Amino acid sequence: MIKAPIGIGKPAFWSVQNISYQAYRLKTRPELIIGVLALCFLSFVVLVPLLQIIQDAFTFQSYDLSYEPDGVVGSFTLFHIDRVFNQPISTALFYKPLLNSLKMGFAVTAIALVVGFSLAWLMVRTNVHFKGVFGAMLVFPYMMPSWVMAIAWLSLFKNDRIGGSEGLLTYLTGIQAPDWVAYGIFPIVITLALHYYAYAYLLISGALATVDSELEEAGATSGMGKWKRIRVITMPLLMPAIGSAIVLTFIRILGTFGTPALLGLPVRFFTFSTQIYASINARNQGDAFVLALVLIVLAISFIWINSRIIGVRKSYVTMTGKGFRKSESDLGKMRWPITILVILFLCMTVALPLILLLWESLTLIPGNYSISNLTTYFWNGKGNINLAYGEPGIIHNKGILEALFNSIKLGFAAALFNGVLGLLVGYAVVRGRGARLSKWLEAIAFAPYIFPSIALGAIYIGMFSTNIGPVPALYGTFTILVLITVIKNLPFTSRTGIAAILQIHQSLEEAARVQGIGWFRRMFRIIIPLSMSGLVAGMLLTFITAMRELSLIILLISPGNMVLTGLIFSYQEMDMSQHSSAVTLMLVLLIIVISVIVRLITRSAGVGRLNVT
Amino acid sequence: MGQILLNGIVKSYGKEVVVKNLDLTVETGEFLTILGPSGCGKTTTLRMIAGLEEPDQGMIKLDDKVVFSRNDGVVVPPEARHLGLIFQSYALWPHMTVAKNITLALKEQKISKSEIAQRLENALDMVQLTGYAERYPSELSGGQQQRVAVARLIALRPSILLMDEPLSNLDAKLRTEMRASLKRLHRDLGATTVYVTHDQIEALTLSDRIIIMNEGQIMQEGSPYDIYHHPANIFVAEFIGDPGINLFKGTISNGMLDCGAISISLPTTIANRGGNLIAGIRPEKIKVSETAKNGWQEVTTGILQPTGANTILEVKAEDIPITLLQTGFITLSEDTPLWIDFETDALSFFDTETQENLRNEVS
Ligand SMILES: Nc1ncnc2c1ncn2[C@@H]1O[C@H](COP(=O)(O)OP(=O)(O)OP(=O)(O)O)[C@@H](O)[C@H]1O
Ligand SMILES: [Mg+2]
Repeated sequence: MIKAPIGIGKPAFWSVQNISYQAYRLKTRPELIIGVLALCFLSFVVLVPLLQIIQDAFTFQSYDLSYEPDGVVGSFTLFHIDRVFNQPISTALFYKPLLNSLKMGFAVTAIALVVGFSLAWLMVRTNVHFKGVFGAMLVFPYMMPSWVMAIAWLSLFKNDRIGGSEGLLTYLTGIQAPDWVAYGIFPIVITLALHYYAYAYLLISGALATVDSELEEAGATSGMGKWKRIRVITMPLLMPAIGSAIVLTFIRILGTFGTPALLGLPVRFFTFSTQIYASINARNQGDAFVLALVLIVLAISFIWINSRIIGVRKSYVTMTGKGFRKSESDLGKMRWPITILVILFLCMTVALPLILLLWESLTLIPGNYSISNLTTYFWNGKGNINLAYGEPGIIHNKGILEALFNSIKLGFAAALFNGVLGLLVGYAVVRGRGARLSKWLEAIAFAPYIFPSIALGAIYIGMFSTNIGPVPALYGTFTILVLITVIKNLPFTSRTGIAAILQIHQSLEEAARVQGIGWFRRMFRIIIPLSMSGLVAGMLLTFITAMRELSLIILLISPGNMVLTGLIFSYQEMDMSQHSSAVTLMLVLLIIVISVIVRLITRSAGVGRLNVT
Repeated sequence: MGQILLNGIVKSYGKEVVVKNLDLTVETGEFLTILGPSGCGKTTTLRMIAGLEEPDQGMIKLDDKVVFSRNDGVVVPPEARHLGLIFQSYALWPHMTVAKNITLALKEQKISKSEIAQRLENALDMVQLTGYAERYPSELSGGQQQRVAVARLIALRPSILLMDEPLSNLDAKLRTEMRASLKRLHRDLGATTVYVTHDQIEALTLSDRIIIMNEGQIMQEGSPYDIYHHPANIFVAEFIGDPGINLFKGTISNGMLDCGAISISLPTTIANRGGNLIAGIRPEKIKVSETAKNGWQEVTTGILQPTGANTILEVKAEDIPITLLQTGFITLSEDTPLWIDFETDALSFFDTETQENLRNEVS
């Protein structure tokens, strides 16, 4: 048989036939259309803003005129760079915050890792008591804003330095806590570490639970001792999880705003995040943009160095948050002492802050923690000109209720859009596997991961403070809060989406296709029901993060789009500690209640039926 | 209704060309099997017919309607091709009951409720699953799941059925049963069927016509009888038949093929060629005697494999191994002498270079 050589008879690229073919083809491949749309959208909200602030950082702005009256607005300039790196003011503007951020980042990461690792080991690999309760309690910090601990710390240790009331310590003992205990790097590191260990704990316990038995038992049968087994088999297998935990924690710390602001600003201790905030408030946006860029470069280099040292290329997998237990070792005599240690730890990190918040919210005169001073005024008071600037208690406070409504709206909107976007990105990436479009899409959906929260906020100020073509100026609107929350969470939800779609064998959808079922119906009847459990988990995560987020949106909120976290921060800034405590407590309870309800609903909806074959 | 036509289909993944210029016609109501070793491009071909893969070049017509043509810029998506496809994995939707699985596509077509109920009942009846309508797929055995997949297909009444190794996940006994029921199904529905498998028994028992594929090319097409008795080339000869065909390479001299220990008499047309060639004969076409006969070849027995109704005998003529297939349950000790003779008209001859059957060349 003689075969025609391949390649003959292919129409030219620009021919009518080829164009009509490509158009038809696009119609038969929904994942291409979705992929292209998603790519355009994500480029617009991720890459364009980045380029925009790079450009802004090198452009002479009108607000620079006060420093250089003869500058030409809109011209290329190294003015901002020079100011940040190379002027007498640079020490305060850049070098000190850099040093502080790095110190804080490394210290918190190290402590959080050690704590998280130890707890993970105890929970997964030993027979410590009360694992069920502990397991539920240990992820609590994840559901609280990272700065709850800072507010609690202030309730305890606030001294007379900044005026206003004093903390519980002073009330009980009359001793003023020294400045280094009350403010600055020491409390910042402690309170952040006691929050961020939860990430390391979740990642490492997940890895530990899947690693062990299979491989370690193989090691045991080949005659390795226990420690050798841990060193040679377990640790290398845990390295990706440890690497992820390090990267995740470090980048979050770089971008975190609440705690350094609450505990640092009173003593003029600046980190990158608080300096960016200060620069924006001082109308020196150019400085803020340069700082944000440096922060991003810092995050990227950290990822790079980390992956070099750990030797795992993908040391930034996302969290799964599942903990199983296997092959537990006996703690022997230490079983109870260690259990008690964990209980104390949980009391300190979960119970104590919440109790302090509650107590604080119930004190009439701040700083007086006696029983006789207790009141429910800040919960249900109608407003009294002599108390807290006449601000009414929570249930009569329009501002708080509006912020509450906004927070819930933000949580639900972000979760919903994240779910949809994650599903679509997952669909386009998985179904388009092998094509360049799929790779680009996956990469760009992951890009927000490397933007520390505060830097992303700064980028969005630069981008959306004026209108861009048909897109109106979004600064100060509710939309921009939803947008930035969705984008910041996209790396996680798109991973969830990809994982969910990967689990649905392609043939399940193809079977529907050949039976004549169109794309929308396929999505609603097959893809969405089958990926529901994964998606809901991802959306719940977004909801929680959206509700408790401050660093990301602090630069973007204004009275018009105020949410609870922003409100708490401003109460705290005005030293209205009862209000801030009460609202914080309400926020935490709300998050917990809603996540429990969502969990219950999804469980009773029979998602368990779907053991996909 | 139900004709399929493939013309000059080429498909590659990256640099690897997996289907090379394929031409294929399936007539209305025909049962065609595509048979070939793993990775030869069977599934790819089937998926291109269904519209789940796009060819790089060529044209596909269903019922005289062009559904794909690279040159004319036509691509009809699978949703609009109206054919039935059974996947190797069955692809039942795990979150829907059997009834929902079967009726989902019907509801899509705005068929009346009573009609849907009717078709559901019919389909379940045809695959003998009446009473299973409310079960979930995970509550069914592999064979039952397979039958649900078939029922889902029946209910839609497509004029073209495509099946990709629908029996490969079943155990041997169930496979034989399902084979028979698939054949009955084809007869009852009268739908044009393209069936993909690498199991030659399925191919030989079910098909009106078989296409043997290898490395993305058609090696031979023909009736099961033709494929078995007149393999077009050595690949087909070796691929079909179990136990495999005996091949002897030799030199032509004096009207005989001299293969060393054995020599085979040749038809004159072939003897006249001269040079080398390869002779092939199926194990069951070799006569065997336990006593010496004039002109028969003496061999000694090696390993015997009785399979019940038949026995496979490995024998040797000096150092040339030969496989025989005899009816009956035979027990002989090793190294027993036997005498064999080839049925002359059952011999095939192949060119040593092109590996093609010489019969095609001569006639
Ligand atoms: N999506 C894909 N990407 C890259 N290569 C592929 C893809 N699908 C199939 N191939 C390759 O194309 C060739 C033919 O594959 P195909 O699935 O058609 O084989 P098959 O004949 O059905 O085999 P089997 O009997 O094992 O199912 C194989 O070499 C396979 O590796
Ligand atoms: Mg196949």
